[in-house]
Amino acid sequence: MLFLGWPLLWGGQFFHLIAEEWSPDRGLYGIFPMVTGSIAIALPALCISLPISLGTSFVAATLAPPPLRRGLLTMVRFMAGVPTVIYGFVAVFLLVPFMREQITGGSGLNILTASIILALLIAPTMIVFFVDGLSSVEKGSCLAVDALGGTKVQKLLYLQLPQALPAIVAGMVMGLGRAMGDTLISLMLAGNSIAIPHTAIDSGRTLTAHIALVIAADFASMEFKSIFAAGIILYVFASVVVVLLRLLTGMSMRRAG
Amino acid sequence: MRRLLEHGVAIFSWSGTLLLLTVLLVLLGYLGYRGAGAVETGLIFGTIPPLDALLLRRQVFDGLFPAIAGTFALVLLAVGLAVPVGLAAGIYMAEYCRGRSRQVLSLLFDVLAGLPSIVVGLAGFSLTIALHRLLPSRFGPCLLISAFSLGFLILPYIIRSTQLALESVPPALRLSAPALGATKLQNIRYVLLPARLPAILGGIILATGRAAEDTAVIMLTGAVASAGLPRSLFEQFEALPFFIYFISSQYSDPGELQKGFGAAILLLAACAILFLGAFVIEQTLSRRFRR
Repeated sequence: MLFLGWPLLWGGQFFHLIAEEWSPDRGLYGIFPMVTGSIAIALPALCISLPISLGTSFVAATLAPPPLRRGLLTMVRFMAGVPTVIYGFVAVFLLVPFMREQITGGSGLNILTASIILALLIAPTMIVFFVDGLSSVEKGSCLAVDALGGTKVQKLLYLQLPQALPAIVAGMVMGLGRAMGDTLISLMLAGNSIAIPHTAIDSGRTLTAHIALVIAADFASMEFKSIFAAGIILYVFASVVVVLLRLLTGMSMRRAG
Repeated sequence: MRRLLEHGVAIFSWSGTLLLLTVLLVLLGYLGYRGAGAVETGLIFGTIPPLDALLLRRQVFDGLFPAIAGTFALVLLAVGLAVPVGLAAGIYMAEYCRGRSRQVLSLLFDVLAGLPSIVVGLAGFSLTIALHRLLPSRFGPCLLISAFSLGFLILPYIIRSTQLALESVPPALRLSAPALGATKLQNIRYVLLPARLPAILGGIILATGRAAEDTAVIMLTGAVASAGLPRSLFEQFEALPFFIYFISSQYSDPGELQKGFGAAILLLAACAILFLGAFVIEQTLSRRFRR
């Protein structure tokens, strides 16, 4: 991939591509709208998913009785295994008509719809991280809280949550990474129009969907090069996510040790 | 004030959990409700008798059989390509790799694991173009390239699970064979691998599930809406996830839509079975270690 993306970086066209707008008739193939589209879908998804995931992980880590806890965790891991395309497929026939008739009007294919399903998709990833963080708190401290007569909620709030903070941030980073990298949901639900989105009910196109949609036959065209620019951005983003995760786990390790 | 906060947190947590489970159940329930009527042998084999289709005596045109066969061949190839490499790399990472190169390699594998699948697809697509330029014959997107990219996608998961499995062998077990004079290789071959086989197998099954569900990669590297049964490695093919995506965007009549729902149920069932397999293996494993 670098092999084909190289002329782009070398020629200095890369930054043009990122910053410019997309209007083929004027010879402009910038992918700035897709960059904003990706962010505009991934961030709301994270915001919707975060409270739900936090709540679920609280329940799964501490609040529920142990058998229910195990059942819930299995359920969450099964959710992570449900094919993305199935979420998208069901949403096209269930959520999209609902959005169209009840809430947003228009075609129902918009950023809000995509964000909701994306939130569902990244929830299991975040929950697994959160639960790991919450339940890796030292046993002695947990027993101490129990011995002092603390309730489960108190244990959670004043002992586990502060200790698990790096794990929670790591889970958020991971969730954001998955949300940015997902192709099918935004391709099927976000509408794919190329414009910088202004409101939540605009339709937008993400970087990933852009790659999936543009399969141009002319290998030398700027249109074709733009998908490699999109690929490089995603690649760099994924690397940044991994490095961030590394730093965070390093931090929590040091704190534990 | 604090009491109020604590109650608030409890209520908030439970309602979050309920909301999540409700949404999941509604989505899957709707799928089951709409697709229940579609699941029958006609869905898979169309009007052809199942035995004829399975023995490749007659072509299936109006069923899902080609898509299922395509997915099956694809996953088999991808896992077949990825497992030997993944196992070897996992063993290397766990047993041989030390110091600086270990850090660099594990960072590299992490980046690979975090890569969006569409980027892997794009890489496969570039490979196709490169091959197209190098080789004189007509060489386009095909089954082999797809399987190769897909194998690349699941490789980091296999490496990571193998490595974790080997590293979690209890120290007493790890040291006993070398203490008796076994070489390192013998130790790995006769003690460590058999002891952790279920965990490694579980990792491979989960990776298989990922290969079966992924759509973005095959979309760029050779899946098409109608190609019939896969005839050779160098031709385009049909696949279930791609079929579902295709139906959702351009179905033409209710019958086709119904087929889409049927396909979604089949894919979900396949992934559920794989998940269940991994789960059962994990359970037997934890029981064995407790003993």
